[in-house]
Amino acid sequence: MAKVPVQFTLNGSEKAEFIDSGTTLLNALRDKIGDTSPKGGCHQGTCGACSVIIDGELRLSCLTLAETCNGAMITTTSGLAEGGVLHPLQRAFLDTFATQCGFCTPGMIMAAKVLLDHTPNPSREDVVEALSGNICRCTGYEPIIQAVLAAARANSQNAA
Amino acid sequence: MALALQTFATVKDANAALKLAGTRYLGGGTLVVRAANEGDVSVSGLVRSTDPALSAIEVRGGKVRVGASVTMAEIARHPELGALAKAARAVGGPAIRNMATVGGNLFAPAPYGDFAVALLALDATFGTDDGETPIETFLAGRDDGRAIVTSVSFTKAGSFRFLKVSRVKPKGVSVLSIAIVLEQAGGGTVSSARIALGCMADRPMRAKAAEKALLGRTLDPDGIAPALAAAGDGTSPITDPIASAWYRAEVLPVHLGRLLLS
Repeated sequence: MAKVPVQFTLNGSEKAEFIDSGTTLLNALRDKIGDTSPKGGCHQGTCGACSVIIDGELRLSCLTLAETCNGAMITTTSGLAEGGVLHPLQRAFLDTFATQCGFCTPGMIMAAKVLLDHTPNPSREDVVEALSGNICRCTGYEPIIQAVLAAARANSQNAA
Repeated sequence: MALALQTFATVKDANAALKLAGTRYLGGGTLVVRAANEGDVSVSGLVRSTDPALSAIEVRGGKVRVGASVTMAEIARHPELGALAKAARAVGGPAIRNMATVGGNLFAPAPYGDFAVALLALDATFGTDDGETPIETFLAGRDDGRAIVTSVSFTKAGSFRFLKVSRVKPKGVSVLSIAIVLEQAGGGTVSSARIALGCMADRPMRAKAAEKALLGRTLDPDGIAPALAAAGDGTSPITDPIASAWYRAEVLPVHLGRLLLS
């Protein structure tokens, strides 16, 4: 298999790797770079566990080929905490017990982050829509929705 | 297994590379990478083109030309394509809509391909390097074609209506989808109708008997009754974990009636 060079910015750090052509971004992140926060769930674009943010847009890393991300800005859940302080979404997921087995959590948080980046004060319907591509088999979704709304409230209080 | 990807600046060069057996075109990846992940051994290599024309949206007067690489999310937020936003948002969740392309949706097998249903009702044409093809011709031969779709063109229709029926809200796989473009005469009677159905065959199809039954009728319960009675003519609904063929056939007239009366 031909090796191809790939360069992108991952959570603020420049990454340059040689990967097998056709490797998915999910596999490149987890197996080559060592960022295991995106989870491999269905590999079919159905569960959302592998969701990452590429150039500001929510994307599925299991269906994205790494070499199509040359020059891109990629954010994963592992890049959200700063200086050991959890991102407000991560804190809200903990505080409202919005995670059980935790497998869907990174994808849920990335979907929620894109929502809050564009809609700082979302309605419940906005949150449901934003998370509609992410499957959770544990929580029944309500604690997750409450966590995103709580993070939004915390953000707006901090901004006030 | 990883599949080697070849990237070309022009569609012409990508078309040439696509002639190799086992090679598939990579658009947004929601079909072909999914197939590869699933172990589809018929895929042995991938080709894509970065031609900027593939990502352009042009709206001039009532005419619309959409590049094949334009995503559902781009359609949904385009200020001049508001009528189509509902159909674009019917495709997957937010991440899928950021990836799934107009060109790719044409090849999506049922129960997917809801946006192609909308394009069928709009009587769209599809551009390749070889010219333009009407959508019905294109859909009929989509499994055999090897030329890269470069664009989709259609005329904006003020009377466009779209409905996706699913069990899970807000995102769920289609039980069926319906798109309608109607023209009405002065008295409110239907002078022309195009009705497209999704999941009622292995690919989007026209409900031609229902269209014919609507002509000269008014859009009220009595007026649409013959069209609802004929809605299932020529259909061959799919059976999948979402719904059986029987169920889809039973509920089609119900949802078609609601959309016509909406």
